[in-house]
Amino acid sequence: MPAFPAAADASTRNTQLRANLRHATHTIRAKRATAVAELDDWSSLRAAGAAIKDRTLRHLDQYLEQLERAVTAAGGHVHWAADADEANRIVTELVRATGEREVVKVKSMATQEIGLNGALATAGITAYETDLAELIVQLGDDLPSHILVPAIHRNRGEIRDIFAERMAEWGRPAPEGLTDAPADLAEAARLHLREKFLNAKVGISGANFMVAETGTLVVVESEGNGRMCLTLPETLISVVGIEKIVPSFQDLEVFLQLLPRSSTAERMNPYTSTWTGTTDADGPRTFHLVLLDNGRTDTLADTVGRQALRCIRCSACLNVCPVYERAGGHAYGSAYPGPIGAILTPQLRGVQSELDASLPYASSLCGACYEVCPVAIDIPEILVHLRERVVEGGPVSVRGTRTVIKPAKGHAAERAAMRAARWALDHPRVLRTGQRLASRTRRFHPRRLPGPGRAWSDTRELPKVPEESFRDWWRRTRGESGTEGRKTTT
Amino acid sequence: MARIRHALADVPRAETPDAVPVERTYHRVHGDRTPAETADLLAENLADYRAIVHRTDAPSLPALIARLLADRGATSVAVPPGLPDSWLSAVPDAVRRVPDTAELTPHDLDAVSSVVTACAVAIAETGTVVLDAAPDQGRRRITLVPDHHICVIRVPDQVVGSVPEGLERLDPARPLTWISGPSATSDIELDRVEGVHGPRTLEVILTGPPAGPETAGQSR
Ligand code: SF4
Repeated sequence: MPAFPAAADASTRNTQLRANLRHATHTIRAKRATAVAELDDWSSLRAAGAAIKDRTLRHLDQYLEQLERAVTAAGGHVHWAADADEANRIVTELVRATGEREVVKVKSMATQEIGLNGALATAGITAYETDLAELIVQLGDDLPSHILVPAIHRNRGEIRDIFAERMAEWGRPAPEGLTDAPADLAEAARLHLREKFLNAKVGISGANFMVAETGTLVVVESEGNGRMCLTLPETLISVVGIEKIVPSFQDLEVFLQLLPRSSTAERMNPYTSTWTGTTDADGPRTFHLVLLDNGRTDTLADTVGRQALRCIRCSACLNVCPVYERAGGHAYGSAYPGPIGAILTPQLRGVQSELDASLPYASSLCGACYEVCPVAIDIPEILVHLRERVVEGGPVSVRGTRTVIKPAKGHAAERAAMRAARWALDHPRVLRTGQRLASRTRRFHPRRLPGPGRAWSDTRELPKVPEESFRDWWRRTRGESGTEGRKTTT
Repeated sequence: MARIRHALADVPRAETPDAVPVERTYHRVHGDRTPAETADLLAENLADYRAIVHRTDAPSLPALIARLLADRGATSVAVPPGLPDSWLSAVPDAVRRVPDTAELTPHDLDAVSSVVTACAVAIAETGTVVLDAAPDQGRRRITLVPDHHICVIRVPDQVVGSVPEGLERLDPARPLTWISGPSATSDIELDRVEGVHGPRTLEVILTGPPAGPETAGQSR
């Protein structure tokens, strides 16, 4: 995977991609603002959401143990996976034990993150993606480019062609004379996938939330493919990041208000499923929960970066980000694109590689992502923090062990980072949009976080995002010759 | 687990979760409504998400259900074990009753036209009906595979205003399905299309005392 600027340059030149992206992000952005405005207590909900997640993260060990007890008591089995390989191995063995060679999947960031489909394929197991957008991506041998609408970079004509050409290889072919009308395309997907659902013996999902108190898992979706995978198979395997816990069932009242409105801009998504272990004669008879670390405890160990684990994957930050809008999701080189990807990926994977070191620079620091984030993650602050880590090195936790990383000065990683920074500088509209937003929202930036973050912000100044512009930051950390770019790094 | 404790070295050992304050200053419910207004809001929000909403009272319910099935040309209907007998009393015998049993396979259900269920609770602010797999609602699969779902809500006792009010009535030990409008996707250029995998048509019947000035304002 090339570093951010190279990948971003390629997608910036792709006018079709940019047009698809702009249309999508602007549409969702406008709708979201309306949906949020309907609730006059949005800021209270947001503060409560952030606080509940902070409470969870600060006591994650206790909540995980409570969750494990509750899931087990309800008839489920809990497995712990330290990294992607281990998670893939566990899931592969669980599928093998059923004797099945095919599984149906609900869209899940966690399985995307660990590359589960590839691992299953190596073991001779075919995983069928059943979310419409994921299906488009899978049939097109493509990668997702958005958290919520992974095929956002494709238009209807491209989707028609992919269905017509590829569906037959995967199962039921597309109907003759398929048009590019969205209703026809959806119908083709319905027919293609129905035979999979009705025959599936094993389903694989992620979860949006896990309730420590009760052992309840929650999946939020629209199409019903989630319900199919969660209820028709005999065995259900859910792979979930350890940060997805909420302490109590009541806490869902906060997140089930925050998530749909931030995500699809709806009052409520069409379907939400919750299940607690297994239920006699209704749904899967066997339920496995695979709890995934894969860099999350390292992220947890960083007291500034920890807040990134509050993320509920709503994707609102992608839709307001001027850099994402121009660069596209693929440029971020991971399951997590956009602003959240720029902070989460380098924390989960470390900043040693060129790509990962460049991600914290894939931003204009305009602060729009922080404004929309339903759990108030201060993305610009973490970006600045990670940039300092790239340039200056410092203590981090790698696979659970504290260590000190060296500054990337002069390394390929630093060069990649500086090129990413220049990429943003070279795209004046990215920067202008950013700065305009920053000054407009400046008065909303609290000096102290309300409620939840208070203890945390008491001891540290919040970043002065609008006051230190990207250019100023560049000069400060790069010194006099900073604007000359690459030359300084040799 | 040791790794997690290690990662949380900054958290004082004696700190309990309560030390992180969670201020629930958000509203329990948004706005002041009478039960009748709450039912109206539910109907409005359901319709906004393209569910088809009908209102009736208990004596007229069987005839309405029979008509809705006939309008769809339904030849079979999945029936939860605890559905009140009277609800399907006006449906002609020619419409095959498919009882919800553990033996019913997904393939069997795929051949069924419609399903009629009750619900556990309905949430007005979001236009949501919640099923909890109780005997009058059946297993989760029966409201998923057939293409047409008729869901009956008793007004006002099953209707709440908000998500928090809805959650407190639900039992987390039961499998819950929250339904807000029919299955839908916006994955193709963000054009909303109803119905991908779940039922493409959701009809909701609000049944209760006839709406009138004497019921409005009553707190049930
Ligand atoms: S960082 Fe915030 S806005 Fe972005 S996806 Fe996560 S929760 Fe949503």
